[in-house]
Amino acid sequence: MERIPILKMGDFLLVTIQVDMHDQLALTLQDDLSERISQTSARGVLIDISALDMVDSFIGRMIGTISGLSKIMDAETVLVGMQPAVAITLVELGLTLPGVSTALNVERGMKLLQDRVRDQ
Amino acid sequence: MAALQTSTLEAIKNNQTKLIADWLGGLETSGATRNLKDQEVKQQTAEFLQLIIAGLEAGNGQNLASAGWDEIRLYLEKLSRSRALLGQDSQQTASFIFALKGPLFAVLQNHHQDNPALLAEQLLEVSELLDTLGMHTIRTFQKSREEVIKRQQEELLELSTPVVKLWDGVLALPMIGTLDSQRTQVVMESLLQRIVDTGSEIAIIDITGVPTVDTLVAQHLLKTVTAIRLMGADCIISGVRPQIAQTIVHLGLDLQGVVTKANLADALKLALTRLGVTVSKSV
Repeated sequence: MERIPILKMGDFLLVTIQVDMHDQLALTLQDDLSERISQTSARGVLIDISALDMVDSFIGRMIGTISGLSKIMDAETVLVGMQPAVAITLVELGLTLPGVSTALNVERGMKLLQDRVRDQ
Repeated sequence: MAALQTSTLEAIKNNQTKLIADWLGGLETSGATRNLKDQEVKQQTAEFLQLIIAGLEAGNGQNLASAGWDEIRLYLEKLSRSRALLGQDSQQTASFIFALKGPLFAVLQNHHQDNPALLAEQLLEVSELLDTLGMHTIRTFQKSREEVIKRQQEELLELSTPVVKLWDGVLALPMIGTLDSQRTQVVMESLLQRIVDTGSEIAIIDITGVPTVDTLVAQHLLKTVTAIRLMGADCIISGVRPQIAQTIVHLGLDLQGVVTKANLADALKLALTRLGVTVSKSV
């Protein structure tokens, strides 16, 4: 079955979404990610969606859910690389993802995560 | 309906010079030639009359949509389009055609003097033809005016949303004019694209040039701010004038978590501080 890889980088988990998300894939990612966070006791999760150029309300909600569940498992989540079209779509759909941290690219996202974890 | 008689056509043909002279006279008195070159009008009248005669000779009848009238239709479209661009109103453009009626009727009257029944019939025929042509002119005129308006609207939209780079990593968008959903869309798209292109972390939206802020405008602003935040950049709104601040408070609008500054300089200062840049005067 198709899966989105979750890479471990030190204390952080890196999720790069490079295919078009469909509903089942998003659900699998949610399960896998929560599993990996508990396995590795990761301190932060970085989700890169720079290759995602289309979202629907389900995927939008999914992103919010994933970041919410990581937070509960004590891992900071940063969403990076959102495309303008995706941002506009999410806003028009009313999915403003409150509480989700964002950054322009992976590099800045990593820095943000490190700062956050150090502050704790 | 009775077609135009050959003799009538002959009469029109033989009196072309007189027709044009009278027509021009009529145009001048009605003021339809204002702002137009004499030479140009003269040429247009002659060409138009030629085309009408050619069309009538071909026996095309009244139906302007038929292939025989193609040439005259195109000519009229070209004519009214150029008139529209010159800034003439629809009345002036239409009276170019309608002014031909008088002279034409005079010629017909002269020709069919002794047969009133035939005269009435032929007059009706000619009149209907000219009316259709006139209506066509007005329709084309309006269409070209609408095109002009539409193009100007688009240009205005493009002009009013420049995204400028203030500092390395700081973009500014001076908004001018009222914010509606269409403009917000354009603004949002161009700003977000620039954020991606330049990798800027801070975007400043300056609303000094926005005359009024109501609930709808505030909602559009919030949408833009949210989209910018989703992309991973920060947004500062600057140029909040005292009246606008008052309106926002009176309306009970919640600019939740949006950083606002009174002017662009303050916003830039804040942006530089966030970037860790210090600016100092050299003594």
